[in-house]
Amino acid sequence: MKYHHLLRPGDWAVLAAGGVIVAGLAFTFWFGAPGQHLVIRHGGQLFLETSLNHPRTIDVPGPLGTTRVEIANHRARVVSDPGPRQICVHQGWLSRAGQAAICLPNQVSVEIAGRVKSYDSLNY
Amino acid sequence: MTALTIKLKASPEDHRIARMAALAIGLTLMEAALPSPLPGVKPGLANIVTLLVLKQHGMRTAAWVSALRVVVGSLLLGSFLTPGFFLSAAGAIASLAVLWLAQHLPEQLFGAVSLSVLAAFAHIAGQMAIVYFWLIPTAGVLYLTPVFAAAALVFGLVNGLVAAHLLATPVPATISREETA
Repeated sequence: MKYHHLLRPGDWAVLAAGGVIVAGLAFTFWFGAPGQHLVIRHGGQLFLETSLNHPRTIDVPGPLGTTRVEIANHRARVVSDPGPRQICVHQGWLSRAGQAAICLPNQVSVEIAGRVKSYDSLNY
Repeated sequence: MTALTIKLKASPEDHRIARMAALAIGLTLMEAALPSPLPGVKPGLANIVTLLVLKQHGMRTAAWVSALRVVVGSLLLGSFLTPGFFLSAAGAIASLAVLWLAQHLPEQLFGAVSLSVLAAFAHIAGQMAIVYFWLIPTAGVLYLTPVFAAAALVFGLVNGLVAAHLLATPVPATISREETA
């Protein structure tokens, strides 16, 4: 049984538009939810902006050596850092928009970006 | 003492509405027996009837058939005035509204499939609005919208093809045949 004769040109357009809507919804709700982006900077420059949905390990070069960042289970952490006090490593897992770990000696910062930030700025 | 009988006069249109509504209600009941992987994902076979009625008898009749299907279907399934009833009513109202607009599209370009897909998307949009703004107002339900939209696309296409096929069949399929006797 052939179905092509039942479809008119506009029908194809409507179907294509429907497909775009489905893809757009999937992209918006499955890949773009708040607090799903990780921003890594080094030396004040943007090094990498990536999604938290895909587990991976990132090596960020700095003046002292390599800072290793890990993404797993929609969270991120600094696994190892050549800095003397390991503050950013002890920060642990980051999962909410606005949370950050800063490895000052190696000039690397890891921050979770989202639509809504929990706070504007932090002072230590 | 004379017996007083109240006689309601049913016009041919009333008969037609009743016949088509009965067909739509039958499909609704059949569909309720089908297992569904996710509540809310249903083929919506009764929408084929709505489409046929819209194409052959116009918006007014289609709205009547749709309304009767929602109310009587829920009475028979025991879901009248439950959340499920409001969900199906919201879906039916939204899809009728979109059909009312879409029926003015040029017919050479946009056939029954267009109407069916548009109505299916409107249906799910109306239901999601009820779910999100009234029943479960959390962002979590929004994660399911891509699934619902995909189902609307697929079932809209299938129902539209069935409706287009029935409309194209030379022998009028039970529907338009009026009592000529």
